[in-house]
Amino acid sequence: MDQPIVIVNDVRKRYRRVEALRGVSMQVDEGEIFGLIGPDGAGKTSLLRILATLLLADGGTATVDGLDVRRDYRRIRQRIGYMPGRFSLYQDLTVQENLEFFATTFNTTIEHNRHLIDDIYQHIERFKRRRAGKLSGGMKQKLALCCALIHAPRVLLLDEPTTGVDPVSRKEFWEMLFKLRDRHGISILVSTPYMDEAMKCDRIALTQDGRFLTINTPQAITSSYAKSLWSVRSDRMHALLDDLRQWPGADTVFSFGETYHVTIKNGHDSEQLRSHIAHRGHNDIHIERIDASIEDAFMALGDNNTANVTL
Amino acid sequence: MVLGYLISKEFKQMMRNIVLPVIFVLLPISVINVVPRIATQEIKHINFSVVDNDHSPLSERLVHKLAASPNFHLVGTFASYGQASATIDGGQADLIVEIQPDFERQLVVDGTAQVAVATNSVNGMKGSLSSGYVTQILADYSAQLRDEAGLDASNTRLARLNVEPRYLYNTTLDYKLYMVPALMAMILILICAFLPALNIVGEKEKGTIEQINVSPISKSQFVLSKLIPYTVVGLFMLTMAIALAWLIYGYWPSGSVWLIYVMAIAFVLVMSSLGLIVSNYSSTTQQAALLIFFFMMIFMHMSGMLTPIVSMPRWSQTLTLVNPMRYFMEAMRVIYLKPVGFAAVQEQFLRLCIMAAVLWTWAIASYRKTQA
Repeated sequence: MDQPIVIVNDVRKRYRRVEALRGVSMQVDEGEIFGLIGPDGAGKTSLLRILATLLLADGGTATVDGLDVRRDYRRIRQRIGYMPGRFSLYQDLTVQENLEFFATTFNTTIEHNRHLIDDIYQHIERFKRRRAGKLSGGMKQKLALCCALIHAPRVLLLDEPTTGVDPVSRKEFWEMLFKLRDRHGISILVSTPYMDEAMKCDRIALTQDGRFLTINTPQAITSSYAKSLWSVRSDRMHALLDDLRQWPGADTVFSFGETYHVTIKNGHDSEQLRSHIAHRGHNDIHIERIDASIEDAFMALGDNNTANVTL
Repeated sequence: MVLGYLISKEFKQMMRNIVLPVIFVLLPISVINVVPRIATQEIKHINFSVVDNDHSPLSERLVHKLAASPNFHLVGTFASYGQASATIDGGQADLIVEIQPDFERQLVVDGTAQVAVATNSVNGMKGSLSSGYVTQILADYSAQLRDEAGLDASNTRLARLNVEPRYLYNTTLDYKLYMVPALMAMILILICAFLPALNIVGEKEKGTIEQINVSPISKSQFVLSKLIPYTVVGLFMLTMAIALAWLIYGYWPSGSVWLIYVMAIAFVLVMSSLGLIVSNYSSTTQQAALLIFFFMMIFMHMSGMLTPIVSMPRWSQTLTLVNPMRYFMEAMRVIYLKPVGFAAVQEQFLRLCIMAAVLWTWAIASYRKTQA
């Protein structure tokens, strides 16, 4: 494998009192989908904006396709396709006009790179005379992706592209990213607050408070989760949380939607757990062994008290 | 080529806006058609009350003379000043003329007599103008009396000074002719300073500027793509205003028309650079609109549009030296009223150019800074 397409080395960024990036380092290899996973305020957007040459880092170095983000920003802009977190196309121009506009700003034409966007564009082609502002959320994201691709970039920088998009469109959007990676060899750096999307990436960086907790493949991260993990439910969920936390054998207890995820210390087991909560007057108790998800790993690695992740 | 495309995109968006194209046409029509008619400094209808303490033939003749004037309307004759002043309090009258008890006798004996004029000066301009009218009529009346006295020995001693002013350039003191060039300046400020600033901040607000910033479009290309369309629109509206002033009032610049465009372009450059600076420092359209509005108010009131600069206090006269609107306004009035060439507005042109250079440099520099 050649040189990594994106290299980030000890990058720092501070906004007055807030430290957005506390010295992060990572590399994105050619042709991989790299995910920045973490809650809002973790620093994902700052890092993407630094790589997109929209923001200057306070310290550290970063290169995209071998070019320094500080010195060679003009040349980098030809090689990246950036999709900001907010929909940022011209709402009063039509689908076709937006695409033409971005092609022209990069001194190219739609026809020239038609092959890159064809798969995506066919989803929205029947709306090409519609103004971008009148498209649905999923359609808008597809159009934005087309516009980011129209100058045939080597890297895509996507800032929370699926936030606020319906589940079907989210799935379609990821299918498109896979195709771009597999057919066109485009490297993709994508940020998302959705833990389930982490599993779709080739590698991920779990991000919190301006730091990377870990960088690895999602499979490696979940399988390295050593502790035994149990899902617990009962008829009195509200009281259950306190009761679980008071049990001396519980290592961590987190609320995960309908159930609590509990890790058990060495020397204790799930039968002791069951009798403990039965003692406390709970009925209808369900306890089962489960595999760790990215979110469990995130909770275990992160600063547990402030973690607030979306499932 | 890219710039041409950017500009055509700008026009496309402009025309798709439901408000802008209507404003472009409606603004010159309504401003040129309506404002000069309503913003007139002539007072047509003055209601006055009289307190005649003399009741002599001469005093009655004076009251008749006032009442016969087309601008004056007699509310009533009252026995005391108190009663007359009630008509001012009640809003029926604007002015009281009080004639002293021995008016006729004094006129005959001394050759002079006194008349007191009290005006409602809640509206200062109306007050001073209407008392000015009364003074004129009184002077006229006394001249008449002297003429009638003929070679009367008692009057030959008095020197007769007859002042007959000639108003140069604006021979009839037509206030409309004075207003029209100023209104053209206002239109240019609105279109060429307000709109590009709002447009750029609008792109910031909507986030579209992010996409422009990651493209290879240069800053100057981006800025020009915003300025050129609005300059074109501004000059179009100016042309409309010139044509309307000719059609409606028959005003045509006494100087050459191309001079107006030369001055307008210099002025637009200054105002649009100011608009750019404002857009660089504001992050919402609301902030930008308020800032531009602030500048517009100050510029307008300190431009000599409403109050002549020479009648301002000294400190504010000095401040008007950096007011671009002042120079444009001066030049416009000169070009409209005097049959002169470039030399007459050369100074104004140079000052506008200096301001444009300074502000333009600042605009570009501050644009870079926000790019971090």
